[in-house]
Amino acid sequence: MTGALSVRDLTRSFTVRERGMLFSKAKRLHAVDGISFDVAPGEMLGIVGESGSGKSTTARLLLGHIPASSGEVRFDGQRVSARFDAHWRQMRRRMQMIYQDPLGALDPRLPVARQIEEPLVIHKPELTEENRRVRIGEVMGQVGLLSQHGERYPHQLSGGQRQRVIIARALALEPDLLVCDEPVSALDVSVQAQVLNVLEDVRARNGFTGVFISHDLKVVRQVAERVAVMYLGRIVEMGEVGEVFSHPAHPYTKALVSAVPVPRRPRNSRIILAGDPPSPLAIPPGCPFHTRCPEARSGCRVHRPELLGTGGRVAACHLVNNPSLAGSEAA
Amino acid sequence: MTHDSPPPLFEISGLSVDFETRHHTARALHGIDLTVRRGEALGVVGESGCGKSITWMASLGLLGRNAHVRGSAKLAGEEMIGAREKALNAIRGGRIAMIFQDPSSSLNPLHKIGWQLTEALALHRNLHGREARIEAERLLDRVGIANAARRLGDYPHEFSGGMNQRVMIAMALAGNPELLVADEPTTALDATIQAQILDLLDDLRKERGMALVLISHDLSMVAEMTERVVVMYSGRVVEDAPTRQIFDLPAHPYTAGLVAALPDLDGPRRRLTAIPGTVPSPDRLPPGCAFAPRCSKAGDDCNASVPALRAVGAAHQAACIKLHVPAPARQSVEEMA
Repeated sequence: MTGALSVRDLTRSFTVRERGMLFSKAKRLHAVDGISFDVAPGEMLGIVGESGSGKSTTARLLLGHIPASSGEVRFDGQRVSARFDAHWRQMRRRMQMIYQDPLGALDPRLPVARQIEEPLVIHKPELTEENRRVRIGEVMGQVGLLSQHGERYPHQLSGGQRQRVIIARALALEPDLLVCDEPVSALDVSVQAQVLNVLEDVRARNGFTGVFISHDLKVVRQVAERVAVMYLGRIVEMGEVGEVFSHPAHPYTKALVSAVPVPRRPRNSRIILAGDPPSPLAIPPGCPFHTRCPEARSGCRVHRPELLGTGGRVAACHLVNNPSLAGSEAA
Repeated sequence: MTHDSPPPLFEISGLSVDFETRHHTARALHGIDLTVRRGEALGVVGESGCGKSITWMASLGLLGRNAHVRGSAKLAGEEMIGAREKALNAIRGGRIAMIFQDPSSSLNPLHKIGWQLTEALALHRNLHGREARIEAERLLDRVGIANAARRLGDYPHEFSGGMNQRVMIAMALAGNPELLVADEPTTALDATIQAQILDLLDDLRKERGMALVLISHDLSMVAEMTERVVVMYSGRVVEDAPTRQIFDLPAHPYTAGLVAALPDLDGPRRRLTAIPGTVPSPDRLPPGCAFAPRCSKAGDDCNASVPALRAVGAAHQAACIKLHVPAPARQSVEEMA
């Protein structure tokens, strides 16, 4: 199996002006701030975090939709660039994306079978029309769509069926990398389970490498082997998904895990974080989480923690890695 | 139950809603019965289109003119369906308050937070000027907004989503409600902010003895927050049960299906049991039980007629003809009859 994804010191910042202020000073928004991770061939990495954590920007960087400010993404040893040239198109043939909003990602004026066919027309011009028809039938079957669905337009399908169309379209080229950005967030619980099962089945059959972005920890645990937790553009903890969620090390992960509603758990066992996440325009110095961290010490305001650890389990927290740096007094 | 016991705080019976469009009429609610007791936390769950929000919009007279509402919704014995606008205005925002999913669009972007809060206080508590300002400050402070006095001068866009939801809660509290209806109050918010808001709602309910109706698609969240849960499907109530039983002993196959479709956060990873198919469109409902086409237990008899809610345990009702009623429950049904 091929298709290792490797990300090194990936950074992306945007220049923004304050809303409504014509002459305000331009500011730098650090959406993704020096992240590194690897995804082994055939592995699925989950990325969780709240809005503004940079998870969707990461998805776009992985596929070269937008250029990185610095750092690099390599897939199968080859660098993913954001120059839309022949090399990029060749890479994109092996790298596909599944989006959150299926209606927005589909063309309302084309029957869905034509939309599943489109990547084949573009990337595999050598196929005859008959070959393509067979392939469309195959992928539609894999995601549980019936052949008569192919003639329908997106508005004639339910939300779950539309998401299956998106998955089928992404699978048509047999990608080696599939990036899923909140693929089930817009779906009802009963349909969400159908789509998650479809993803599990096609992965068992085709064995692609995957990155699965979601705000829902339960969904990530269901589909991913490893998970990276992001906060304000950085990875604060990463490791095997069951390990991270059952024994979170970073105080932010602890709070995220305890915020997940779980039946039969008393509500007072929850960690309630104070305040809102800071704006990505004004990331706090030192540990970016220290402003909301219930365990923060004086040193956390000054020293920026590195992502450290052993055995694939890493966390960016002084209290975990180097308590002496954290200082003794509470912040 | 004796006849002279006081009426429940809120009682809906036989509530149905038809939406009229140019071409046809679609029935969104098919006769809902439910009660809210004083100080109770009731969860209402269901998937999109099941009528969980419409039930409360219809009860409070918040639906447009194309909606035909029939049936009854009584606040402490007082009928609200068909009541005059003036009578409803005295109740809405006063004795019953409602908060919605998207706080930023529920607030007026052109007015300062303080103006919007004092307006509510003038309408429902007849507080004006300095008095109103002091009360507004106290409310903002209570919902956890720091620097309340200064922030009264801010506009909604200067607040985050979570802060705006706190402002909405403060406005809802302005009329000292006996019942707070929260419609997906945290769906638009991040996980850690959701935890804050739920915590606040729970504290406020206990501190004020206020009843809370929590409408949500998230069964686990409702399970943490409430004492009783009503499950809705295609415009009908299919199960009404004490919260702890919903997970341990779901009676209706739809409820059991919802529980099985939820991924877990711990324990061994299992394949999710999905409910096949999708929710039927309101104008193409099956003749009998609306869930029958997706139900693994369904038989021909399920298509004969719409099943009524019946007792399946203590304070536990479900609308399914395939249920085995446990012996003690059967006894209590007989006693009731």
